[in-house]
Amino acid sequence: MTFFYVFGAVAVIASLLVIAQRNPIYSVLLLIASFGALSGLYVLLDAPFVAVTQIIVYAGAIMVLFLFVVMLLNAPHEETEHDEKIHPLRRPGPMRFGAALAVSLLVELLWALTRGNGEPNAFGEASVSSVRTLGRVLFTEYAFAFEVTSVLILVAMVGAVVLAKRDPRAHT
Amino acid sequence: MTPLLIAQIVIVVVVFHALLLSAAAMVWVERRVAAALQQRMGPTRVGWQGLLQPFADVIKLMFKEELRPKAADWFLFALAPIISASCAFAAFAVVPFGAQTTFFGLLGDPLKLQVADVNVAVLVIFAIASMSVYGIVLAGWSSNSKYSLLGGLRSSAQMISYELSYGMALASVLLIGNSLSLTDIVNGQSGYWFHVIPKWFIFLQPVGFLVYLTAGVAETNRAPFDFPEAEQELVAGYHTEYSSMSFAMFFLAEYVNMVTVSAVATDLFLGGWHGPLLPESLGWIWFLIKVGALLFFYVWMRWTLPRYRYDQLMAFGWKILLPLAVVNLLATAAGVLYFGA
Repeated sequence: MTFFYVFGAVAVIASLLVIAQRNPIYSVLLLIASFGALSGLYVLLDAPFVAVTQIIVYAGAIMVLFLFVVMLLNAPHEETEHDEKIHPLRRPGPMRFGAALAVSLLVELLWALTRGNGEPNAFGEASVSSVRTLGRVLFTEYAFAFEVTSVLILVAMVGAVVLAKRDPRAHT
Repeated sequence: MTPLLIAQIVIVVVVFHALLLSAAAMVWVERRVAAALQQRMGPTRVGWQGLLQPFADVIKLMFKEELRPKAADWFLFALAPIISASCAFAAFAVVPFGAQTTFFGLLGDPLKLQVADVNVAVLVIFAIASMSVYGIVLAGWSSNSKYSLLGGLRSSAQMISYELSYGMALASVLLIGNSLSLTDIVNGQSGYWFHVIPKWFIFLQPVGFLVYLTAGVAETNRAPFDFPEAEQELVAGYHTEYSSMSFAMFFLAEYVNMVTVSAVATDLFLGGWHGPLLPESLGWIWFLIKVGALLFFYVWMRWTLPRYRYDQLMAFGWKILLPLAVVNLLATAAGVLYFGA
């Protein structure tokens, strides 16, 4: 139980610090720390496969890309002072909309948390830990969702390639 | 404190220091082999045949001044070598290097020669390998120097590209070994075909082994894939601005990573501690011999092959190595389905 609170505290504090940073590189690193703590929580839930996958996919692959982009754009500091007046997201309308979204998220979160039966070990014994079981369930029961997700990612990738592709006529 | 717990602690300490020593030994081997390949002597003065040269190097590095660029981000600048070194050591924790042994009856229960027996060991190695890129990238960015930044960017691009092939090669071994645990995979390689050929996975996965080795070289940033450093174009790449022990930590990380990649290759493809002549309890000697052979291969390759061009590296990774790895994985899956695991 002690480990749960340690990992939980790290995850929450790191996540909060992500949005409190001025420097995007530090935000990325804190997000990685938060992912690491989450993966620790998965280990406590007796799901080592999910924990390792969390590190490989999120901390290892996706965040490297984030860091890569942040470094390439070379934006060490968010511009705040002179940006404040002209930025469209800083106007009252969008800010109210954002506040409404935040409140609805909070309500959803409370609803989800009170709905659970509160038992810490809701996962069945060894049901999540075994890679074999996980694979079998993923490719039989949830095969449709799995395949649809992969197609969705493929669509996003093709879209990114199309958007990034240089127009041959523009560079003559 | 049970005897088993004490033995476990001893193993942790021994493995850590063996890795440190192996890095020192590799520095010596690298310099001597390089010298031999270039028809010179190499270090011969410090100790017998220059064997104490790495220790002299470490003492020299310790007494060097620790420099830090004025415009560097001091926190990340200090953090980067720590990430590199700790990732290098952490990966070896799940690598088994010998069969279960009681140390000739010294212990009541047999002890696994492994720091931590994790049932998803292969994935843990992959995860830590994917984390080690941060050390290099952050070193490159926080130094605030153009050479370092270019080295860091190159390294992230290179490691992302080659990680995929690396993972595919691992996955095809998992299919044959039918397990994610390295101990199970090694135990699946005991015995012989026709009483002669050892049942090593390299004979079932020759393509997988080549893909793994190539991607492993790229992952450890060794020549001919040493683009993050590339002395001639980037001075020293991501560690241009580092000096003293921070530099030594990057150096250490590189050699420990080499040892880890070779040890994992031994476990996955070369039958781990299985070999003829020696009894099972002395299998770790076979393990050391195989790892040593792979490490020699690493050094040999570095001083034989010239560095690729950067676009050639990316084209090779994405257009040749990755399709090869995917086809190999599919063929392996089909084979396992047809012949049974």
